[in-house]
Amino acid sequence: MQQLSVKHLLGIKGLTRADIELIFETADTFKEVLNRPIKKVPSLRDITVANVFFENSTRTRLSFELAQKRLSADVINFSSSSSSVKKGETLLDTVNNILAMKVDMIVMRHSSPGSPHFLAKHIKANIVNAGDGTHEHPTQALLDAFSIREEHGEVAGKKVAIIGDILHSRVALSNIFALQLLGAEVMVCGPITLLPKYIKELGVKVELDVRKALQWCDVANVLRIQLERQQIKYFPSLREYSLYYGINKKLLDSLDKKITVMHPGPINRGVELSSDAADSDHSIILNQVENGVAIRMAVMYLLAQN
Amino acid sequence: MQKRQILDSQQLEITLSRLSQQLIENHDTFQDSVMLGLQPRGVFLAERLKQRIRQMNKTEVPLGYLDATFYRDDFRRRETPLKPNATNVPFIIEDKNVILIDDVLFTGRTVRAALDAMTAFGRPRKVELLILIDRKYSRDLPIEPNYIGKPVDSIFSQRVLVQWKEQGNTEDSIWLMN
Repeated sequence: MQQLSVKHLLGIKGLTRADIELIFETADTFKEVLNRPIKKVPSLRDITVANVFFENSTRTRLSFELAQKRLSADVINFSSSSSSVKKGETLLDTVNNILAMKVDMIVMRHSSPGSPHFLAKHIKANIVNAGDGTHEHPTQALLDAFSIREEHGEVAGKKVAIIGDILHSRVALSNIFALQLLGAEVMVCGPITLLPKYIKELGVKVELDVRKALQWCDVANVLRIQLERQQIKYFPSLREYSLYYGINKKLLDSLDKKITVMHPGPINRGVELSSDAADSDHSIILNQVENGVAIRMAVMYLLAQN
Repeated sequence: MQKRQILDSQQLEITLSRLSQQLIENHDTFQDSVMLGLQPRGVFLAERLKQRIRQMNKTEVPLGYLDATFYRDDFRRRETPLKPNATNVPFIIEDKNVILIDDVLFTGRTVRAALDAMTAFGRPRKVELLILIDRKYSRDLPIEPNYIGKPVDSIFSQRVLVQWKEQGNTEDSIWLMN
């Protein structure tokens, strides 16, 4: 019998290829559960999970909460905007207080990179990183790779281009780790100001021309411009970004093969992706959202056993 | 390790044929009946029975695969983690006569979980249990089979090993391991 090599899901870094394959196989069975008339199983009925969100989220939080409820876990939600964090409580105190109420698992999003790693050193509960600043967002990378596997049969040998704001994206970093672990070729593409300086050292290809990137890849994972993390101007205007890096149906149709378009959401329609591209048959964006619940069920189910 | 054969492939043929006839006797045309094979090894038995009923009765009995892993009561209480298998129930069991099929009945806990798992696909009119090897006197729960291939006296530390050809064995064989 297999089990995960880790007690927490802090990032893709630290996982093995066998871990990811186990998560995928488990997610396959949960996907079947989600298509039943009664979409609920009692596996985690004796587990309490706290969703601790220090940063805004719609999709990830809903997806985690739905996954927990489908597994019959008890769920409590916490968001920093309506809590004592505003009164000056530290992260560790906040979490320890939650754990004192007998919570078994913490799903956390925080704006500081590495905060779940810090927490893992101090508490016993299982931790799932739901995004830490610009560092990692492991469940997103897992569901992205899972969606590629579903669409193309396997991830190994596929060419994936990650396009957009690589510098501020935790999705990009986790995706690079996950895709490389599974044997895919990865390229990043974006304005030079939005590419991290040492990105090549991760073993990815770098391309500045979006058309060439699209021509090269089998799958394009398009990222949002994270204006909320940009303190300085990285490009002249959104309009100019959209002119040079925006992907539309016309551009997709002009390629000599059909590529798959993914986006982790939220989409800024008309900026990185036009509506006709986002809603075209190239897009598997809503499949990604559907797979997100199955992947998160698998992760929590497997962690609860460790 | 000492092992004793409970059934060889010829004896198994006879048993399977009797079980199929018992099912036909009770379910006649199988109009409102469905079979559910329990993953992982109950499905091999279920497929064999379906085949035999097709040959004997010219009837196609609907067969689904049911995995009860997510419904077990020993999650987080076992030393080894549980690995789920695929569930494939391509019909609604509402108001049907369900025949649950598994290879070995021991403590009854898997069957309990399966009864739970089954309700996700509707409310059956009646549920029956068909078991190839019944390990008597070892039940933790009040669960008894309606159809028994062969009853076996065994102690807790022993194990029943069922080898199907479908799993890559040269022939069907059932053993009691010490």
